[in-house]
Amino acid sequence: MITLAAAYTLAGLMFAAFAVLGLRDGRPGNVAFHALLALSFLAGDQLGDLGNGALVVALVALAGAGALRRSDPVTTSGEERRANAARLGNALFLPALIVPATALLGTLFLKDSGLIDPKQVTLISLALGVVLALAATMAWLRSPLLAPLQEGRRLIDAVGWACVLPQMLASLGAVFAAAGVGALVGAGVGAVIPDGSRLAAVVAYTGGMALFTMIMGNAFAAFPVMTAAVALPLLIRGFGGDPAVICAIGMLSGFCGTLLTPMAANFNIVPATLLDLDDRNGVIRAQVWTALPLLAINTALMYGLAFR
Amino acid sequence: MLALSGIAVIVAGFALRLNPLLVVAVAALATGLGAGLAPLDIVATFGKAFNDNRYVSLIWIVLPVIGLLERTGLQERARMLIGAVRGATVGRLLLAYLVFRQVTAALGLISIAGHAQTVRPLVSPMAEAAAERQGVDDDAGRQKIRAMAAATDNVGVFFGEDIFIAIASILLIVAFLSANGIEIAPLELSVWAIPTAIAALIVHGGRLLWLDRRLRRK
Repeated sequence: MITLAAAYTLAGLMFAAFAVLGLRDGRPGNVAFHALLALSFLAGDQLGDLGNGALVVALVALAGAGALRRSDPVTTSGEERRANAARLGNALFLPALIVPATALLGTLFLKDSGLIDPKQVTLISLALGVVLALAATMAWLRSPLLAPLQEGRRLIDAVGWACVLPQMLASLGAVFAAAGVGALVGAGVGAVIPDGSRLAAVVAYTGGMALFTMIMGNAFAAFPVMTAAVALPLLIRGFGGDPAVICAIGMLSGFCGTLLTPMAANFNIVPATLLDLDDRNGVIRAQVWTALPLLAINTALMYGLAFR
Repeated sequence: MLALSGIAVIVAGFALRLNPLLVVAVAALATGLGAGLAPLDIVATFGKAFNDNRYVSLIWIVLPVIGLLERTGLQERARMLIGAVRGATVGRLLLAYLVFRQVTAALGLISIAGHAQTVRPLVSPMAEAAAERQGVDDDAGRQKIRAMAAATDNVGVFFGEDIFIAIASILLIVAFLSANGIEIAPLELSVWAIPTAIAALIVHGGRLLWLDRRLRRK
């Protein structure tokens, strides 16, 4: 059975290749950063908790010292690309669709096949799609053998340190949990709501979900805290609200917060780097006037639907 | 209360635009120390979580494919395709992508698209090409269009996925309520995600069409 370990090995080999190819560039910071990520993917389970912690400290030191730079491996010129695009036509979209199509078909059909760990079927199918797409594209276009790795290195270096930020933030959530941050915030919010006002309690819950999600970067982390502090005692037990409506819309209020915070790095910061935006918060700015009206609408929906 | 110092570090660090990796590491240290953990225990806790969360960074394995296709002219082809479609505007294009993302996410198909897989190679160059025809000709304007393409992907996924009954957030709610003595079926929850999904389509879709109007007036 194929498990996530196989996909990690693939990722580890890719980062190892980035490190080796970077050796000739004179950017030791990038080489070290990629080598550490390769080590994490290939041997993370053997390093032990403290070993992995040391690996993180080294990654942070490299990023904090500004040791990561953009790289410029040899690539094609704009004119070559336009000529290729004109010559190859819309067939060029087909390999780009192999990855999403494999992820889709794998998720739908390989789940109960016994070939793939059913809990991780989408991620493994995604990895499978990458291998298929690379094989098909290389066979069709006869590109230089190292081209995918050099191009991948160009892109990962454009993203830079931001490529591990989502994983770092997920790990910070674990430390917050170990330190009991959630319970403290929940107790604080629970203490400031005025007694007896249903509207104030609804606003405290939807607004609290959005705000605490902005701090944690993740509505999943905010949900148990805010629901235990506000929704369960006040809205559900106190005012007799429908728990399904309250919790469903509460979670979606948290998602409004996700649209507004750099802490949700994989949704907001990583795309800004992937799309070459000068403003690291450019994606968040584009989302403000969707997120704020939706938060107000969620509050109104909860107030109107939960207490019929 | 000292455990909350990490939150202060995060807010201050992002406000001062320090390197976010450094901010996160210092926040973890401050939080752990505030809660009375030993420094080495904090490093170990963080290291274990980092190792457990490797799947978050797995998405980067698509970069060699995307890069190889970009090298061959995929973005240019995406621009040409949109250039050939009469009546294609940036607002309509992104609205169509929003609907696609919401509908597929509601069916649980989240990883079939995303910033690395579809926005950078396909959606963003198409949106830029359409916007250029509508008179966007400066770099700042193009960056705004790219940011809107990424924003549309986020909005589509966030306000579609909870309609699917087996998505992580719905399962989390079910488990949380069950632990507190309230039994609810996933379907009872996911139907209440539909009003917000419609509202998201109207609000964000409306903004996209408004973008077209603004560009026409210029």
